[in-house]
Amino acid sequence: MDKVFMKGCQAIAEAAIRAGCRFFAGYPITPQNEVPEYFSRRMPEVGGVFLQGESETASAAMLYGAGATGIRAMTSSSSCGISLMSEAIGWMAGACMPVVICNVARGGPGIGSIQPSQQDYFQATKASGNGGFRMLVFAPSTVQEAVDMTYRAFDLAQKYKYPVYILTDGFTGEMMEPVVLPEMRSEEFLAAERKANDAWAVRGRNGAPKAHKIRCGARPGVVCTLEEKNIEDWEMYEQWKKDEIEYETYGTEDAELIITAYGISARIARSAVSILRKEGYRVGFVRPIKIHPFPEIAYEQLDYSKLRGILCAEMSIPPQFAYDVEAVVRKRAPIATCLRSGGEIIERSAIIDAAKKLYGDK
Amino acid sequence: MENTILIGGIGGQGILMFGQLLCQTALETTDKYITYFPSYSMEKRGGTSDCYVTLSDEPVGSPKAEKSDYVVIFANQALKKFEDALYPGGALFIDTSVCTEKPNRTDVHIVEVPAGEIAREIGDARVANLCMLGAFIGYTEILPPDKVLATALKKIGAKRPELRALNEEAFNKGMEIGTAAKAAHV
Repeated sequence: MDKVFMKGCQAIAEAAIRAGCRFFAGYPITPQNEVPEYFSRRMPEVGGVFLQGESETASAAMLYGAGATGIRAMTSSSSCGISLMSEAIGWMAGACMPVVICNVARGGPGIGSIQPSQQDYFQATKASGNGGFRMLVFAPSTVQEAVDMTYRAFDLAQKYKYPVYILTDGFTGEMMEPVVLPEMRSEEFLAAERKANDAWAVRGRNGAPKAHKIRCGARPGVVCTLEEKNIEDWEMYEQWKKDEIEYETYGTEDAELIITAYGISARIARSAVSILRKEGYRVGFVRPIKIHPFPEIAYEQLDYSKLRGILCAEMSIPPQFAYDVEAVVRKRAPIATCLRSGGEIIERSAIIDAAKKLYGDK
Repeated sequence: MENTILIGGIGGQGILMFGQLLCQTALETTDKYITYFPSYSMEKRGGTSDCYVTLSDEPVGSPKAEKSDYVVIFANQALKKFEDALYPGGALFIDTSVCTEKPNRTDVHIVEVPAGEIAREIGDARVANLCMLGAFIGYTEILPPDKVLATALKKIGAKRPELRALNEEAFNKGMEIGTAAKAAHV
């Protein structure tokens, strides 16, 4: 398969097109501008719709409308832009819309900085809007993963009839790496999906009696109480813990120290682990690939009798990811953090130093 | 084996193109992991423009290497900013026709290339980055020169066919300087 050299944001947009995305609405914000820019050029070529809304709020509401027709649709933004979208994201979870949302995160809180960061972990995994809903959240480490996860996100959005979230960052969005692009979903495939979605999606009244097919507070086409809908969503989240957990580990079998990280920090942490092991430190690596549902099993499988500690590396001050790690580790091992924030990249040398400090004598 | 390269200058000098040409050639001629990260200010011309390139046998960790094996400098401000980002024993390439200041490092190899001057002599100041690229490849030998030039002519040639001959001449003149500097350092 031929590799092409692509920028993260553009690769995400191309992967979305190939996954069958035919509607994009968004609003410019650094560092995700290359996503809408790419869509603006590419969507007309595949007969799709590109819309630059008058704001993030409007763009996310447009996505809600597109989702109601059952087609593959997405938006992207960055951090404070995602915050502006959070009302509509909540509504889309409330109405069970099969949409994809991509956050190319930057510094925060508020306007923060245009530089990359990982400060939206809580927002992405725990509270992307009101009402306590959760989403599947992918966290790519490389441009290739950003491509593969975007492609899969559309299938999962359709499978669960629910928003799927990709949490990446400005480094992954701006950097270029060689990628293998997935195959283009055929028009036949997309047509069959649209036909299957006739059962619930908005298709116009065509003379039929007035009825709300899509309601925020029920599965499309289903009449139920809000509590019944909440229970059904909860059951789905519980099912995700069985079916949707994704993580990777390395060197955990003999590990006396674990370095754990996600997204951009994970690739830097992984290279730190390689160096430490070459120096004779028994260090292992745990990385959630999806950060929701959180892969508790990856931490449950560790041999705590051997562990001197767990080091959480993330580009967020105060830490956020580390709280989820603490919650599953439950004081069975000391936890330390290695952090950067405000647009600064986490250094491999800082991870190595923090790991050696926690490890103690070899 | 990992090669980290940092290229720093001013927007409009072809800094990002320099990095992308290395990556594109590496993609076409090697099995290496390749990561490129650009960093630039808002101005289309005149602001800072830098990029980081990593070519490695193993998956690349940080897209922004803390220290680089090679630093390529196209402006005084970049020299000040990135001189210390070079590993001891690494090579510092300086466009001496633009950089009036001298580096402080004494533990690195310095390769002085009057790229801007050569480009103007050839006939167009815009081909200075190709002259420096030639010197870089001539000195480092990290990629086959003919392939780098072919990538450059394909990529730039499509946009500016009138510069094709000038780019080729600039690259070759740079190669001579880089190769000679390598011979002198060995």
